[in-house]
Parts: sequence; structure tokens; C-alpha cells
Amino acid sequence: MDRSIRKNRYGVTWRKVRVNWELYLFLLPAVILLFLFHYLPMYGIQIAFRNFKSYLGIWDSQWVGLKHFERFMNLQMFPILLKNTISISLYSLLAGFPLPIILALALNSTNGTRFKRVVQTVTYAPHFISIVVIVGMINLLFSPSTGILVTILKSLGLQDGNLNILLDEGSFIHLYVWSGVWTNLGWNSIVYLSALSGVDPALHEAGIVDGATKAQRCFYIDFPCIIPTIVMLLILQTGTIMTVGFQKAFLMQNSMNIGASEVISTYVYKQGIAKAQYSYSTAVDLFNSVINFILLISVNAIARRMSGNSLW
Amino acid sequence: MAASRRITRMRSDVVFDTVVYATLGLLVIIIIYPLWFVVIASISDPAAVSFGKVVLLPSGFSLEGFRQVMVYPMIWRSYLNTIIYTACDVALTVSLTILAGYALSRKNLVGRKFIMIYFVITMFFSGGLIPTYLTVQSLGLRGNPAIVFLLGCVGVRNIVIVRTFIQSNIHESLVEAAFLDGCNHTRFLLKIVIPLSMPVIAVIALFTAVRQWNSWFTAMIYLTDENLMPLQMVLRNLLISQTAMMQDVLETTTGDNAVASAQLALSMRYALIIVSTLPIMTVYPFLQRYFVKGLTLGSVKG
Repeated sequence: MDRSIRKNRYGVTWRKVRVNWELYLFLLPAVILLFLFHYLPMYGIQIAFRNFKSYLGIWDSQWVGLKHFERFMNLQMFPILLKNTISISLYSLLAGFPLPIILALALNSTNGTRFKRVVQTVTYAPHFISIVVIVGMINLLFSPSTGILVTILKSLGLQDGNLNILLDEGSFIHLYVWSGVWTNLGWNSIVYLSALSGVDPALHEAGIVDGATKAQRCFYIDFPCIIPTIVMLLILQTGTIMTVGFQKAFLMQNSMNIGASEVISTYVYKQGIAKAQYSYSTAVDLFNSVINFILLISVNAIARRMSGNSLW
Repeated sequence: MAASRRITRMRSDVVFDTVVYATLGLLVIIIIYPLWFVVIASISDPAAVSFGKVVLLPSGFSLEGFRQVMVYPMIWRSYLNTIIYTACDVALTVSLTILAGYALSRKNLVGRKFIMIYFVITMFFSGGLIPTYLTVQSLGLRGNPAIVFLLGCVGVRNIVIVRTFIQSNIHESLVEAAFLDGCNHTRFLLKIVIPLSMPVIAVIALFTAVRQWNSWFTAMIYLTDENLMPLQMVLRNLLISQTAMMQDVLETTTGDNAVASAQLALSMRYALIIVSTLPIMTVYPFLQRYFVKGLTLGSVKG
């Protein structure tokens, strides 16, 4: 009896699979592509612990344990790479994180819908410009002799001769961070704006009745209402503190600012693709991801303990 | 007493409003000025641009920069390549996403949980640059133009968005009624799900198109043939590695002196930015609400 039920259940499951065969066909292309371009590379991570030789394949290459990791940590460049990576992303976080919140609060406090829409359209626009063009614009606008900045500074009498921002190590980080703010400020405010649209109007009405000014309502009603969103995004961003976007850093690099602009991701690219040191650069990349992962988990734990907000 | 309180409240509101509007106005100027400058520099006289005479308004009028862009052969070829890549990417991404999203939305799919885990894992873990590169190489896809859109076309985030959309917008009773009448999944997908999911399909298509239009990195590491390069790669060569462009312009301008060529190269770069960014910039304001919707859709995970 027991067996017949089980057999029956098995039969039902099998019938469901047969009836829905199309669904499996629908899933097939996505499953195959994920396998090829995500699962196969994940399997390939093990070359970080091997001496990968392409003619031997992954499995037959010699196992060397943590050798590549040790090599990276003993590298003369290691502290510089670490410092550049962390300072760029911390600076980006400090400059880039609060401003979208302020923008969203300000937009939310405007009554004029037309004005609001214009500000939104303008501030979102740079997000759609490609990184190549953004860096191209930086190069043009801050060009030593013909850029608009040098023109303006000269006409104000603050600068004579050429301006050396693009080639200067110290300026790189400011250029990188503030061009990033320019690009993404508006776009990043969208999340907060949508959180603000969920604020209960009854709270504002109660505030008005109690004589709260606009500024007070903004600080004591709107802002506290979006704190969970803020914490969530802060956690997510902290998890990527060791990741400086490869593309912009790479495009902004030149031989003069390399001391400030070489970050872990550009180093991985150069060692891996350009110099074909596959195992070593995979190890560097893995080291980076592991630290990111640990950071994400610990910040999440801290946030949960302190404010009760967390990702999971 | 009450009246005076109301007056102070109004006064502080006025101050607050002024600060808010002034800040936002200043922000708009800061964001728009670089874009405006590129526009006026591209249509001004090349010499005026390089002598710093162009600040707020165009000085002189010359479309010489645009003419140089027009006659530069690599630009049109790569423009066409980018259009093809973008079209392929959008078609592939949208169809894969809607197929997988629909399948995962069906509750009677045996093994749904397992398949979902298989999908979601890829959102959190990846092989990283080098293992992916080696995999692509060993699959023999390096140098194959298809890699430009194959690599990114399965976005699990998109699939989850479509799945959630179908689950919350297409009522289960509709599915049951259709299947009682002898409908199969393919027919149901084509006749009911796709027409009803148009808003979410539009959003995914838009995001995919912008991403592909602006991408260059995949092309840089996987493509080997110059003739297959997308627009952004050519832009990178012309806008960022400046010497290449200088040489090209020096070769094409005959009998001119070096200064004029340099000025022309400068003006060509401004024109190039306009030519490459104009399609998105003109279309975007009209589609803005779709983009915003897409972003908020993505933030609600199902």
C-alpha cells in the first residue's frame, strides 16, 4: 500500500514534467548560457591555487596552494594598490552617498511639479553617457592648454600657463570621485525619491497641524522614514568597498598618474590579460572578492545589531 | 500669539524654499554646463575653441569637426556594428528573459525551487575576469562577434523581475481557463503573457540597449578584428588615446600646418561626443519614466 502511494506520487510528478515539457524547453537557453559563462568560470577559480598551463588544462596543472596569494602580499606594489583602492572607494562613498539623499529630500520638498521634472531630467541625464565619453570629456574639459577649466581660471587671473590636473597624481582621486558624483548623483536619488513617495501623508498633515515648518517636516518626518532604505544601500555599498570600477580607472590612467590610479581591478587586468599570468591574477581577484564578502557580512551584522535593518 | 507663530512659520518656510530652489538650480547648472560646453565647442570655430574663446556661447560657426567625423571611415563601420550588437542583444535578452521568467512563474513546474537556486547563485558568485576569459577562450569564442552580446544576455535580475511581474499581473484563473480550453504553454505565452507583459519587456529592452550601446570592455578583451569593434572602442581610441587621432588628422589634411590640424582634431573630438551620445540623449527624456520604473521594479525583489 505504502509503495503504491509512493509509486503513484512518482507517477504524478512525472506526468507533470511531461505535460509541462515546453517549460523546460523555455528554460534551456538561459540554463545553458549560465552554465557556460558563470558555472564554468566558477569551476575555473581553482587555478588561483594552481600553476595554470593552458596546454595541461585546469585539472592537470600543478597544485601550488597559496603561493600566488603570498606573492601578491609580498609585492612591493601591494600596499600602494590597497591604499589606492580603499581611498578611492571610501572617498567615493563619503562624497557620493549623502548627496543623492539630500537631492531626493530637496526634490521632495518642491511644490512645482514642472521645476521638479526639469531637475530630474537634467540630473538623470549623465547616467546615460558612456564611461568612454565621460572620460573623454574629462580629458577635453581639463586639458592643460585648451580645456574650459584652464580658460576660466586664466580669465579670472588665478592661473597663468598650463594646468596640470590630468597628469597630476594628487588630482586623480578628486577627478575620479567628483566626475562620478556628476554622473550618478541624480540617478542614485531615484531610490530615495521612491521611498519618499511612500511616506504617509497623514504624518505631514499632523505635522502641519502641530505647527511644524517645512524644514522641520523634512528633517523629522521625511528623513527618518527613509532611514531603512539608506541603511540598506549603505550596507550594499560597503560590500563593494574593495572594488573600484575597472572601466573608469583604467580609462583615466596615464603614465603620470599611475601611482594613484593603479587599483586592484586594473592590476588584475594587466597581469591577467595583458601579461597572461592567469593563476596569479585570478588569485588577486579572489583575494579581493573574499575581502568584499567578509566586509559585506560584517557590516550587515553591525547594522542589524545597531538599527535592526539588514539585508537578510 | 497664534498669528505671530504662523508668521514666523511662513517666514521660515520661505527661507527653506529659497534654499531648496537655489540649490537645485545651481545643481542643474553644474550638471548641464559640461554638456552645453561640448555642444557649443563642437559647432564653434576650431581656432576659437583652442584659444579659449568659447565659454558660454559659441564663437564663430563651423561644422568642420562634424565633417571630419563623417569622413572618418572607422566611425561609421563601428556605428553600424554597435547598432547590430545592440539589436541582437535586445532581441536575445528579451526573448531569453521572457521565456525563463514565464517558466519560473508557473507553480506546477517540477523542480522550480532547484532551478531558481541555480539562477540566483550566479547573482552572488562569479568566476571573475580571468576564469571567464579562459572559459571563453577554451570555448573558441574569442574573436567571435557573438561574444559581445552572449556574455551578458542572461540577467537573472531581469528574469526575477519578469517572473514577479507575471505572477502578480496574470491571474491564475486566466491560466486555468486557457488550459481547460486546450491551450498549451507556447500559445499561452505568445497570445496572453507577452501582450500583457509589454511594460516590463519595454523596460528590459531599454536597459539592455543602453548597456550594450555604451559597452566597450567585452569588445576590448574578446574581439581581435578591428572591423568588428563597436563604436565605444573607436571612441576610446579617438577620445582617450589622443596621439592616434592627431596622426590621422595630420595625414588627412594636406598642406596645412600642424597647428590647424591640432585645432581640427580638438573640434572633431567634441563633434564625436555629440554624434555618439545624441541618440540616447534625444530619446531618453521621452522614455525617462520607463527607466525610472525599471529601477524601482528592480529594487523590489520577488
